[in-house]
Amino acid sequence: MSVRHALLAFLSEGPKYGLQLRQEFEESTGEIWPLNAGQVYSTLQRLERDDLIESDDRGEEAGPQKMFRITEAGRSELDVWLSTPPDMTEPPRDELVIKVLSALRVPGISVHDVIQVHRRYVVELMQQWTRLKEDEGDLDLTFALVADAELLRLDSIARWLDTADGRLRRAGTEAPSERTGPRIRRRLVARR
Amino acid sequence: MSFLELRRVSKCYGTGAAEVHALVDVDLGVERGSLVAVMGPSGSGKSTLLTIAGSLEEPTSGEVVVDGRSLSAMSRNDKARLRRRTVGYVFQDYNLLGGLTAAENVSLPLELDGIPAKKAHRVGMAALEELGLADRAAHYPDQLSGGERQRVAIARAIVGERSLLLADEPSGALDSVNGDAVMRMVLAACRRGVAAMVVTHDARLASWADRVVFIRDGRIMDQTVPPPTPESLLTGVPASGPRP
Repeated sequence: MSVRHALLAFLSEGPKYGLQLRQEFEESTGEIWPLNAGQVYSTLQRLERDDLIESDDRGEEAGPQKMFRITEAGRSELDVWLSTPPDMTEPPRDELVIKVLSALRVPGISVHDVIQVHRRYVVELMQQWTRLKEDEGDLDLTFALVADAELLRLDSIARWLDTADGRLRRAGTEAPSERTGPRIRRRLVARR
Repeated sequence: MSFLELRRVSKCYGTGAAEVHALVDVDLGVERGSLVAVMGPSGSGKSTLLTIAGSLEEPTSGEVVVDGRSLSAMSRNDKARLRRRTVGYVFQDYNLLGGLTAAENVSLPLELDGIPAKKAHRVGMAALEELGLADRAAHYPDQLSGGERQRVAIARAIVGERSLLLADEPSGALDSVNGDAVMRMVLAACRRGVAAMVVTHDARLASWADRVVFIRDGRIMDQTVPPPTPESLLTGVPASGPRP
């Protein structure tokens, strides 16, 4: 997560003290992405060094009592960041996908059993997020949004596992096609 | 003892080469006050499991026990009474009667059970109020949104003294906000003491359950363990990790 841009977003509301920024950061995302005070202040220092924010006294180190405001350059940096989609062109090196693909190659291992172990784990995590969202989501909109994002991310994993399970069953085999590896590699290379 | 218990329940359709084993030796219990989700792909047997649990279909072998009474020992009339008084069904396509208002749809099962129309209406209205639908009571199903229709279907399923709620993909066609609202109601009914079983292919829907049972080819193959505490997600303590 970009602490740098999150801090710029807080400062876009108006000038704030270091301590206030730290508290707002903790209140909005701290439960999910804990961040220590040092990270907040060192990021503020770098933002000031890059002229994206300014303070009344540039001589002092960033700390709880220092007041910061966003600069014109900081505001345009924030605008560009907000409207630039993150790079999602490359598939992530997903460990779960790799485990399932690897299970196909291992003699004596049922890939369906492997898939089920992961499916159960993902559903258990989703049960916990759903319960948490029910307990806290009404009180805290930010938390509800984060919980939704996490539930949908886990849901997409569960769906992929279901799809993989179904596809492998239809293929009627627990052993991989000999060309699986090279074919996948060729397509990924071709996309770059 | 569980409020709903399936003991070695099997169901076969067809004979000889065309024989299909929809359920094979299923053991499953649902306690009062708990929500159990049965999760599996289409064709896994989960809808058959639901219709057998609700006495809409007979198992080929095995036993279904509701509130301590075996369905196989009940007369046809007793079973009909059980379906009217004890079991509430929620289906994906709502199954509301188009010619009746929301209130009439909800009170109909009570009237069929011999409760005077006025009292049935009062009880039905109370159920609609509880689900935030009092102002929609006089509307017909085609005047309601999908989410509202499904909430009416849930009101109908839990109205009166029903203590077993059986639901087939109850939030299937709804967007996630409406789907959440529907599941919140199912869970609220459970917290009042209703035993509920939801069958679904959807992990998000299943994640509302206290326990998720995985079904495949008519057999129960796995189930979730109760999570430690949801707070473990926030404190970095691993939840139940993959087991060996």
